[in-house]
Amino acid sequence: MDDGKLDALGQTIVSALPGAATGHTVAFNQLTVDVEAGKIVEVVKYLRDDPSCRFVNITDVTAVDYPSREKRFDVIYHFLSPTLNTRIRLRVAADETTQVPSLINEFPGADWFEREAYDLYGVFFVGHPDMRRILTDYGFEGHPLRKDFPLTGFVEVRYDDQEKRVVYEPVRLNQEFRKFDFLSPWEGADYPLPGDEKAGPKV
Amino acid sequence: MNEQPEQLRNFTINFGPQHPAAHGVLRLVLELDGEIVARVDPHIGLLHRGTEKLIEQKTYLQAIPYFDRLDYVAPMNQEHAFCLAAEKLLGIEVPRRGQLIRVLYCEIGRILSHLLNVTTQAMDVGALTPPLWGFEEREKLMVFYERASGSRMHAAFFRVGGVHQDLPQKLVDDIEAWCDPFLKVVDDLDRLLTANRIFKQRNVDIGVVPLKEAWEWGFSGVMVRGSGAAWDLRKSQPYECYAEMDFDIPIGKNGDCYDRYLIRMEEMRQSVRIMRQCIQKLNAPEGKGPVVVADNKVAPPRRGEMKRSMEALIHHFKLYTEGVHVPAGEVYAAVEAPKGEFGVYLVSDGTNKPYKCKIRAPGFAHLQAMDHICRGHLLADVSAILGSLDIVFGEVDR
Repeated sequence: MDDGKLDALGQTIVSALPGAATGHTVAFNQLTVDVEAGKIVEVVKYLRDDPSCRFVNITDVTAVDYPSREKRFDVIYHFLSPTLNTRIRLRVAADETTQVPSLINEFPGADWFEREAYDLYGVFFVGHPDMRRILTDYGFEGHPLRKDFPLTGFVEVRYDDQEKRVVYEPVRLNQEFRKFDFLSPWEGADYPLPGDEKAGPKV
Repeated sequence: MNEQPEQLRNFTINFGPQHPAAHGVLRLVLELDGEIVARVDPHIGLLHRGTEKLIEQKTYLQAIPYFDRLDYVAPMNQEHAFCLAAEKLLGIEVPRRGQLIRVLYCEIGRILSHLLNVTTQAMDVGALTPPLWGFEEREKLMVFYERASGSRMHAAFFRVGGVHQDLPQKLVDDIEAWCDPFLKVVDDLDRLLTANRIFKQRNVDIGVVPLKEAWEWGFSGVMVRGSGAAWDLRKSQPYECYAEMDFDIPIGKNGDCYDRYLIRMEEMRQSVRIMRQCIQKLNAPEGKGPVVVADNKVAPPRRGEMKRSMEALIHHFKLYTEGVHVPAGEVYAAVEAPKGEFGVYLVSDGTNKPYKCKIRAPGFAHLQAMDHICRGHLLADVSAILGSLDIVFGEVDR
C-alpha cells in the first residue's frame, strides 16, 4: 500500500473510534495509530472484525522505554492484515503503574508477548491469567530492558563446589565497565572532552 | 478406581531441558492423564543472552553478529532483517549485485534450516538415516558460507548497504554445480520419508492447526502455509529482488505435521530454483558491479582507495570507531526467514547506536501455542509436534 492509502486507512480508523484512537502517522510507508491505554481492546476488536481492516494476525507486542517522559513506556503492537497485505502499529503510552488491558481473549497469541513485555520492561497487563516472567531466570528481580538497568546486571551465578549448588552473588567486575563514546566531538558532544576538564570557558 | 476419585491426580513430568528431542534447551512441564497430554507449560529463557539489551549498547555494525546467533541454523536470514530495517531508516538502496548475493545466501540459509528441520523431525519420530544424509549437504552449504564470509556459521556477511565482499567467480560456479546433485538428495529423502508408513503414522493428522487459529496465535511462514494460506512475504511484500524471481509457494490443506513436512520439502526445491536464477543473473553483465553502496558515510572505502586517498582513510576511521549515524525514526522490517516471519522493530534516536531493537522471532510465537496444539494428543506426539514447529532456541530466547 502506498502512503496515501495508508493515510486514508488511518483516518478511517481514527474517525471510527473517537476517544480510543487519538491520532495516526505514516512514516517509512508504515502506519502508526496512537491509542488510549484503556481502550486498546476496543480498537483491536475493530481492527480485527471490520471488513475494511481484517488485521487478524498479531505479529508482535513490545515496549520502548523513554525514562525522561512522564509516561515512560510506549507499548507497541504490530498487526498484520493478510487481506489488505499491510501492517499496522498501535502505540499506547503507559507508565509503571498503568494497567494496560490484555489482548489475550481477542488474540491468544498475545500471551507470551505480553509476558515478555512485563518481564523485560515491567509494563503491567491486566486480565492476563498467567503473568509470570518468561525470559529471565527464576526469581529474577528488576526489568532488564529498562534504560536505567545496567548492562552488567546486579547478580552473577556460579556453581559452588562446597555447597553443591548454584549460588547468586553481587556482580563483581575485575575491570571497570568501559563505555566507549565515539560520538564525534565536532558534532554535538555536550560534555567536556577528556583531558579538557580544567579548561574554563574561553573569554 | 471410582471408589476414591479424590486419590486420582494427573501425572506431571519434566521434559528437558536436556532432551535430544527438545531441539535445544526447552523445558516442558507436561501434565499427563495416562498417556494423554492435559497441559503443557513450556519454560523458556534458558538460553537468554540479552541480545536486545546488548544491541542497544553497540553501533549498527557491531549489532550484526548478534543476529547470526539467534537462529544459528540460518544465520544470514536474520542479518538480512536487521540490515533491511537500518536501510529503510537510512533510505538507501542496495546495488543489484549486492541484492542478488543476499538473496542467494538467504536461500542457502533456507535450505540449511529446512534440511535440519526435516531430518531431525524424522529422527524425533524414529528414523536415523535422514539426518546423516541431510547433514552431508548442510556441510557443503556451510563451506559456501565459509568461502564467502570466512565463517561456517556465524557469517556476519551482510552489511547495512549491501554485503561485505564480492563472491569469487569460482564460488558462484561451485554453487551452481551443487544445485543439480542436491535435487537428487531431496528426491532420496523424499523416497525415504514421504511414503514411509511409520513416518506417516506419526505425522498425519497430528498437531492440526486451522487457519483462523494460526493467524490469531501469531503464526507465520510454514505454519500458516500448512494451514492453507498462500502467504509468503517474498511474494506478498517482496523485498530485495524477490519480485523478479520466479518461484512457487507450496501450501497445505490439512494443517498437520505431515503437510508442514511436505511444504518444507517443496520449499527446498523452490529455493534451488531461486538460487539458479540468482546465479544466472549474477553471471549476466547487469549482475556485475559493486556489492555495497558507494556512499562512504555508510560503507567503508575499499582497501586500495585508502592507500591513496586521505578522505577514504578518514571515512574508514570514522566508520569503525563512531559508526553510521542513522536518522531518527521507527521502522519494522520483516523477512521470510525459513521458520516464518522474522522481524526487527528498530527505533533510532539519530545517534550511532540503536535506541531500541526488538527482535520478533517466529519460533517464539509458534512455541507459545504448544499448550494449545498438544492438548489431547499422546505424549509421543509432543516430540513430533515440537519437531514440526521448527524451534531453534537461539531465536526464541534471544
